[in-house]
Amino acid sequence: MQEFLARLWRGLVAHVDTPLLLITLMLMAAGLPTVYSATYDANSHLLPQMLNMAIGLCAMWAVAQLPPQKLMRFGVPLYLVGVVLLILVFFFGIKVNGARRWLSLGFTRIQPAELLKIAVPLMLAWYFHKHEAVLKFRHYIVASLLLLVPFALIAKQPDLGTAILVGAAGFYVIFFAGLSWRVIVGLVAVAGAAAPFVWTMLHDYQRKRILTLIDPTTDPLGSGYHIIQSTIAIGSGGKLGKGWLEGTQTHLEFIPERHTDFILAVFSEERGLLGNSILLLLYLLLIGRGLLIAGKASTLFGRVLAGSVTLSFFTYVFVNMGMVSGILPVVGVPLPFMSYGGTALVTLSVGIGMLMSINTHRMLVRP
Amino acid sequence: MLASQSSLHASDRELSRFHFRVVLAAVAVLAALSLLGARFYYLQVLQHDYYSTRAEDNRISVVPIVPNRGVIVDRAGIVLARNYSAFTLEITPSNVEDLEATIDGLSKVLDIESKDKRRFRKLLEEGKSFESLPIRTRLTEEEVARFAANRYLFPGVEVKARLFRQYPQGSVASHAIGYINRINKRDLEKIAESEQAANYKGTDHIGKTGLEHHYEFALHGETGYEQVEIDAGGRAIRSLSRTPPVQGNHLTLTLDIKLQEIAEKAFGDRRGALVAIEPSTGGILALVSSPTFDPNLFIDGIRTEDWDVLNKSRDRPMLNRALNGTYPPGSTYKPFMALAALETGRRTAGQTISDPGYFNFGGHHFRDDKVGGHGTVDMYKSIVQSCDTYYYQLATDMGIDAIAGFMGQLGFGQRTGVDIDGESEGVLPSPEWKKRRFRRPEQQKWYAGETVSIGIGQGYNSYTPIQLAQATATVANKGVMYRPHLVKYITDSRSGEKTMIEPEPLRRLPWKPKHVETIKNAMVGVNTHGTGARAFAGAGYTSGGKTGTAQVYSLKGSTYKESAVKKELRDHALFIAFAPAEEPKIALAVIVENGGFGAQSAAPIARMVIDYYLLGKLPKGVAEEDDVKED
Repeated sequence: MQEFLARLWRGLVAHVDTPLLLITLMLMAAGLPTVYSATYDANSHLLPQMLNMAIGLCAMWAVAQLPPQKLMRFGVPLYLVGVVLLILVFFFGIKVNGARRWLSLGFTRIQPAELLKIAVPLMLAWYFHKHEAVLKFRHYIVASLLLLVPFALIAKQPDLGTAILVGAAGFYVIFFAGLSWRVIVGLVAVAGAAAPFVWTMLHDYQRKRILTLIDPTTDPLGSGYHIIQSTIAIGSGGKLGKGWLEGTQTHLEFIPERHTDFILAVFSEERGLLGNSILLLLYLLLIGRGLLIAGKASTLFGRVLAGSVTLSFFTYVFVNMGMVSGILPVVGVPLPFMSYGGTALVTLSVGIGMLMSINTHRMLVRP
Repeated sequence: MLASQSSLHASDRELSRFHFRVVLAAVAVLAALSLLGARFYYLQVLQHDYYSTRAEDNRISVVPIVPNRGVIVDRAGIVLARNYSAFTLEITPSNVEDLEATIDGLSKVLDIESKDKRRFRKLLEEGKSFESLPIRTRLTEEEVARFAANRYLFPGVEVKARLFRQYPQGSVASHAIGYINRINKRDLEKIAESEQAANYKGTDHIGKTGLEHHYEFALHGETGYEQVEIDAGGRAIRSLSRTPPVQGNHLTLTLDIKLQEIAEKAFGDRRGALVAIEPSTGGILALVSSPTFDPNLFIDGIRTEDWDVLNKSRDRPMLNRALNGTYPPGSTYKPFMALAALETGRRTAGQTISDPGYFNFGGHHFRDDKVGGHGTVDMYKSIVQSCDTYYYQLATDMGIDAIAGFMGQLGFGQRTGVDIDGESEGVLPSPEWKKRRFRRPEQQKWYAGETVSIGIGQGYNSYTPIQLAQATATVANKGVMYRPHLVKYITDSRSGEKTMIEPEPLRRLPWKPKHVETIKNAMVGVNTHGTGARAFAGAGYTSGGKTGTAQVYSLKGSTYKESAVKKELRDHALFIAFAPAEEPKIALAVIVENGGFGAQSAAPIARMVIDYYLLGKLPKGVAEEDDVKED
């Protein structure tokens, strides 16, 4: 009996990467009380967020059990389903607040763009893996097109935050697959030259957000408000913070979206620079662990997927923290494992699960 | 294990290139996160004093200043919607310790009705506890003084001046002007969709119907704001900077409010609608839907009792019949049918038929109103005497597709695009329409017998009064068709610049002038010696008209006797007209629900309206010093 239990336990933890799990749990432990603090005076989101976390952890564990060869098989179908859903959104999506992001299934609504955060890196990693021995320049072109289609559909909705995350995830795969530096430098030059044209193509509100970033006081009632109030929250937190549930900016409702995208403002106000430093350290450890897994991965698929997923985490963290602290424009990107919201939690957990899978199945595929 | 094999083939060069990139990524991540760390250090250590001052000791609050909503005036400058400032008693719930005790205390000093408390609670539930919420509106000077004397008892309670909307004409033209009411969730979505969210901070009312709704963003103006320092108690200490609001733009209408009032009075307590249009511009002179309602009831949140009265009344006063009522046009359709016949070459004006009093189609007798028939009938006589048989036969000869094609050009069965939202389409019957409308194949088929009664404006025909008025104006204007509109120009409140709503012709119908003349002549005949003659006797100007009666209730062969039929099932009375005949200045359509014959109840209303508009003549019983209030 005891041996059976021991075997069961070994089976259960065989594909779990302890450092990744610990870091994730610590981030969740920092996030939960913050969600509580941000929402307790209205209706607490504590229990639903705990449920979200439980679902996320289950998804993480389940994905970790799948060997990379199995993960690879999901690439094409997930990508195709995702793109078809995005096209459906384009034509039949529900418009909420001026953006067409949701698809109604009758009983519930889904946001297909979220799926692409996983499907795009999977698909591209599979594609490069398939052509590994014969990688030519044209493969990079095809990969870019595969990335561009969902990216354009999401940007068109418009959902700049998700478009950035999907675009970044795809770019990281292409980057790690060995895209030549000459092309990268060329692209950067082209992007620089195209910036004025992109500016004219942006939506009014997106342009306003960028302008507001340069001088938030020009629009104190509109988008400048978020930045002004969140920098006040962070700055007033000081070295040690005002203490849990003590943030005046938070509890006097100065902070908008305070349990979702702007949760860092609440955390910073109540936990101060000390809390922020710990948070940065945790994310740094998470990213470091991910890059280590990428470096040690035994297949091209594993390498580029792990690299892309890890840098995606970095993108979430950098874009969100940069936005809340007022050095990047306001785009809808949550803070991993801190922000309230089930969809993001599951997506991020699946990412961790994939890293675990790549790391723990490494030995098995070696001859 | 294909995957593992190929990975073994990865050359060392490729692998080391990958590793180099991973290291590079790690360095970039470290740099970026350090940047964030530095930013936090800057905000939380170096700038901490500055931000904690802003956050705790003196919070700087941005207070929106709501702009004055634009004014609406009629074509003569008479005010239809304006604002006035009144004192309100407001509570900021977050600054009050015991809300119940405060409200109880206040009701000892001032009259606070249960309605006021209900509204306050509703606002509170919307979660605006940091805003100042009105508990009593429209305080008198004496009440303000009484509160001021007791003010020290009520921290967190203040008297503020707020702007209120007012409709000085009361219920006159309420369907055209519409009203404003509190912003709800759906309005908020509309605001967000139009990227107006920042401009609506502080605004709590929005146009709900009519012009107030359609021109919401023009009327609203630009919200100003004031940066104020607030102490820990939430009280404003001093103003730091102030950007004044910009008043909303003003609307000047094509509507003539006196004409409108006369038209509304002419309806009395009868249900119905009237639309009068200036044919040469499409400007709407009067837009009546009877009965009306008082839009002032809605401004402050309507009382439940008032809402019940409006909503449960069988007369449905909230329904805008001019735009949303759809009626069969009855015989008012005949002039348009006759024009279609001339234009398609199916008839000449002189061609005659002989009317035995019925039309035989496949063994079924379609009856004419006149027993024994009208004898020999040409086109002129068919309109003047309203001969049904002529049109039964004409419709059959033309066929449904030709009729639908011509009438579609005239705007029947389509939204006119008037500047009030939510207009109904009506029904222009055609085989395609039937296919769309019905599910079962046997219902989808168009039967030739159904075309017969289309000719006299019955059957599936169903149009809004504004469509009928637009078609009449188009004939009066010799085929040049305009989009009916209520606003003549918008005045920019800052520059005083006027933006005309240009009367661009919607389309120019290529009718032969001779054909239009034939129809207009016949319609003049109606008002001189035909079915409209009695209503227009001694008018002093020449006018064209056409009576109509629309069946509400199918009689199944028995003779229609008004007195024998219950009032709700009586026929609708219709009348269309234009005047003066030579150079029409006004064209209109009138519908009196269950009014019986058009000549009897609808034509006299048209006469009163045209008399006033052309001659300035007031109908009997309306004194010169009218109660249209001027400003």
